[in-house]
Amino acid sequence: MDFPANLHYSKDHEWVEVEGNRARIGITDYAQEALGDIVFVELPQVGDELAAGDSFGVVESVKSASDIYAPVGGKVVAINEALLDAPQDINADPYGKGWMIELEMSDPGEVEDLMDASAYQQMVKEEKGE
Amino acid sequence: MPELKKTPLYTEHVAAGAKMVEFGGWLMPVQYGGIIEEHRRVRTVAGLFDVSHMGEISVKGPDALPLVQKLIANDAARATGDRILYSPMCYPEGGVVDDLLVYPRGEGEYLLVVNAANIEKDLAWIQENASDYRVEVKDISPVTAQLALQGPRALAILQPLAGVDLAPLGYYRWTRGQVLGVDCLISRTGYTGEDGFELYFEAGQAPAMWRGILAAGQGVGLVPAGLGARDTLRLEAALPLYGHELSPTISPLEVGLGRFVKLEKGEFNGRAALAAQKEGGINRQLIGLAMVDRGIARPGYPVLVAGRESGYVTSGSYAPTLGKNIALALVAAGTAGAGAEVEVSIRGRGHRAVVVELPFYRRSRD
Repeated sequence: MDFPANLHYSKDHEWVEVEGNRARIGITDYAQEALGDIVFVELPQVGDELAAGDSFGVVESVKSASDIYAPVGGKVVAINEALLDAPQDINADPYGKGWMIELEMSDPGEVEDLMDASAYQQMVKEEKGE
Repeated sequence: MPELKKTPLYTEHVAAGAKMVEFGGWLMPVQYGGIIEEHRRVRTVAGLFDVSHMGEISVKGPDALPLVQKLIANDAARATGDRILYSPMCYPEGGVVDDLLVYPRGEGEYLLVVNAANIEKDLAWIQENASDYRVEVKDISPVTAQLALQGPRALAILQPLAGVDLAPLGYYRWTRGQVLGVDCLISRTGYTGEDGFELYFEAGQAPAMWRGILAAGQGVGLVPAGLGARDTLRLEAALPLYGHELSPTISPLEVGLGRFVKLEKGEFNGRAALAAQKEGGINRQLIGLAMVDRGIARPGYPVLVAGRESGYVTSGSYAPTLGKNIALALVAAGTAGAGAEVEVSIRGRGHRAVVVELPFYRRSRD
């Protein structure tokens, strides 16, 4: 299982890649594996305003539907439209082609509340009961 | 919560890397590799399912036939020789206690195969009904393992392992025979919409049987398949699932199972209620939906016909063979025929779907 060191992680299993005040967001390798084959994604619209903790979309595997939450707040400036037709990209490449949205952060300081890779990895270990 | 039950193959599943989930009080493999891949294997080659969680209830004695007749809606007199019968088991009000398979096991003896989550309830119901009958009702689930080998290559995989000729065994027929040297009840049945077999045998033999069949089929592409694929396969074939299309508040007539309700056979639990429904017409009917808009209709989501709430989704999923999102829904009778456009309310927003003929998938028979 992959935990890239350059990313920030939320307790809801989203990752955030920060560049300036822009944040690219997706779900983690652990999350995609736990969900199984992903067959549907619902994303917000460009221009939507999100607060940290808001549900911004849904990922559905064959068996279940799960909300995805914004790890940081901001305005949606891009969505990965390719995912709508190829939701399986999240399984295949969760940190690359599986990205979901990009935000212009309203408060880049919120990134400080997220976990780094090792803290997140530890949390996953505990969740799996290891 | 009581401790979850495990089948004799629990350690095999864990060793194979299966994702284990709770199902009807059991800890079961939902998938090994992935649901979609397992689903496709069953449609194109074969998959092996551990269905040892299913319940087996033996009914034996001089009054076995009259008791089974009283319990089920189908005509138990037709379950003779090697003929297996599928039937709803109803309450007097017409709702469904469970759906089951009836295996005739010679004079005065039947094997009833019931859903895992309903074993205790069914057993109590059968015993309650059996008080005036000379029968012995026994739950043999704990000592019985069940495997389902399903898919177009099932016969080719199983035949070399079997001590009996399986090709002549017709659909919904059973035979006694050995598989890998183990005495089995071999049944040409399944829950996937494909050809295949279900094997019942002594629970202690399960690990050797599981490994032996998987090893024999490995060369042609047989894989272990979990409950996730079992569910998507049965949904494509529009086979009902207890707790979704069947329940104490749904009648078998409403979900299109009228051909398994034999009013003419004489008295049975639910007969009067079902006869009245047949006479007066049913209020609800099961329909098939194919989503037009993006979205997956999940159980419980409201279905709107001409903008008005008309019923709800009973089962819904991505259908791997069809490559689209499908659902079964229970709606007001006569409101939405094939081709009609309806809406499914998904997270509060209407999503278009079209009514399609059932089943969604039917295998080609060459």
